[in-house]
Amino acid sequence: MLALLRIAKLVVFISSSLFVISLLPTHSVHSQDASPSGSNLGPITVRAHDTDNDAGGSVTVEWDDPGYEKMSGFAGFLIWRTNTLTGTSDSVEVTPFGTHSYDDRSVSDDSTYSYLVAALVNSERVMSAPSMQVRSAKQWFDSRLTWVLILGLIICGAVIYFIESAKRGTKLFLRRIAGLEAIDEAVGRATEMGRPILFVAGIQDMDDVQTIAGLTILGSIARTVAEYDTKINMPVRASLVMTAARETIKHAYVTAGRPDAYNDDMVHYVTDEQFGFVAAVDGIMVRERPAACFFLGAFFAESLIMAETGNSIGAIQVAGTAMPAQLPFFVAACDYTLIGEELFAASAYLSGEPRQLGSLKGADVGKAIAMIVILVGVIATTIASAWNSESMLWIENLLRKMFSTG
Amino acid sequence: MDSAIIGTWLAALLTLGIMSFLYKDNLYYKICEAIFIGISAGLWFITYFWDSLYRIAWIGVVHEGRYVLLGGVVLGVMMLMRLFGKIGWIARWPLAFIVGATAGLKMMVYFTTNAMAQIHGTVNDTMAAFGGSGLYDVVGRIVILIGTVTGLVYFYFSKEHKGLFGGVAKVGTWFLMITFGASFGYTVMSRMSLLLGRIDFLLTDWLKLVK
Repeated sequence: MLALLRIAKLVVFISSSLFVISLLPTHSVHSQDASPSGSNLGPITVRAHDTDNDAGGSVTVEWDDPGYEKMSGFAGFLIWRTNTLTGTSDSVEVTPFGTHSYDDRSVSDDSTYSYLVAALVNSERVMSAPSMQVRSAKQWFDSRLTWVLILGLIICGAVIYFIESAKRGTKLFLRRIAGLEAIDEAVGRATEMGRPILFVAGIQDMDDVQTIAGLTILGSIARTVAEYDTKINMPVRASLVMTAARETIKHAYVTAGRPDAYNDDMVHYVTDEQFGFVAAVDGIMVRERPAACFFLGAFFAESLIMAETGNSIGAIQVAGTAMPAQLPFFVAACDYTLIGEELFAASAYLSGEPRQLGSLKGADVGKAIAMIVILVGVIATTIASAWNSESMLWIENLLRKMFSTG
Repeated sequence: MDSAIIGTWLAALLTLGIMSFLYKDNLYYKICEAIFIGISAGLWFITYFWDSLYRIAWIGVVHEGRYVLLGGVVLGVMMLMRLFGKIGWIARWPLAFIVGATAGLKMMVYFTTNAMAQIHGTVNDTMAAFGGSGLYDVVGRIVILIGTVTGLVYFYFSKEHKGLFGGVAKVGTWFLMITFGASFGYTVMSRMSLLLGRIDFLLTDWLKLVK
């Protein structure tokens, strides 16, 4: 039965190939042995294979040009595809000059295909022989990213090692971060003045790591707020952030021994609209006149508007974000700014949580590797370039390969 | 009256209302703010309702039989458990799922673009600088090398910024501040174009003073 099926497939394939050839204008079609205009070129050789490192649905067709591109009147290579299961054939693409491969992304993983390539010269087409049958498939491992995996494992291994060390009680050193000392000062000032503090955890949702870092710092601030009996006002733009922030503040109040003082209204949803949210926060600032404003999270164009308004009411302002385009505004308008990764470091520093501390120390290992690689790479490439050193060239090529992301 | 004229007048009056905040907080601004917040909150509610609840949860699951979407529906229902005191803790699970899944999904992207590509670019560029490029390129690439390495030192948290290490970190701070200054000027210019756009709307579309 299986043999019969194979014979049937072969018959379909041969007949479809003949069908394709019969579709082409007979007065202009030459076999692979023939050549237009009396030229004496060899045949076009076609290879088709599954495209490497993809998610399926693609076949790569490659061919050798025996010299048709050099002929006057050359218009390109026509790629012709035959579905060997259904027997249907169609033209796929006419490739431009100088192209000898093509990724056909319009195939199905459930079919097998064969390809012909025809050189278009003047009004004539010189056909290749059909390629071997090919079927596209997805690859579960992208071999171009092997070094990404290895380096990722090294850094993840370092993170796990430091987390476990912290859990065992090893004291992990983190350098002092200037902006953090301002937090207690700001909350204390708000208490003395009898005014609330305002906390904005950015305008992104819980799927942004900056929002999570902001909420972790919120936990520490809320504990101080609960101890000092100060008021906290936190407008939010996303419903998930509202839920998470309420949980965070509630936990802080419980930890501070003041669960009765917690109130859900401390965190309130405003709107998902970016500038609607900003208008509301500005209104809150000028009407409630908070003594301290915290902007910790992911921010966009609203950063300067909010920081300037906070500045105009004389509030102590502490900001932190990893959005490079917004950092200048916070640096200009706020008293303290946690720059980029300092936001995550502050979160770990304040929480003292082994997982966060371990992650930060693991990231430091990654940074140390990056610094060493950059310096070694530059020295090696410089020596390789200046003195044609083989060993340095080997190092250079290795580093290029390691840090290539495909 | 033409609805376009009404729209233009509304947009102009709301623009002036929001701009009046530059003078001070006032009733006009409060009205515009309330309109903006109220309408946008309502708009987003409707958007979420039709996009998520109707199109995905109802059409996707019930009519199209894409039962994989039920996972999202279940997580959404779990979030609502927060409304019921005793079983409110269930709402923490979908939050944990979102945070964990996002961290996993984004890890590869951040690692390849923010770390690997940065290292690859710095090594390559500096190498090319010594390979016979012009003086301008050579200086530029050396500046990038110094900026990248000193910046990394600044963001290294496992060692106190003292002595030579502190000095290198200080250079990193200078690079950061120079970058921020350039970025500040660039962004302010783009904000000015937004302001000009609004003024153009007021003078051209509303007052017809500019043809």
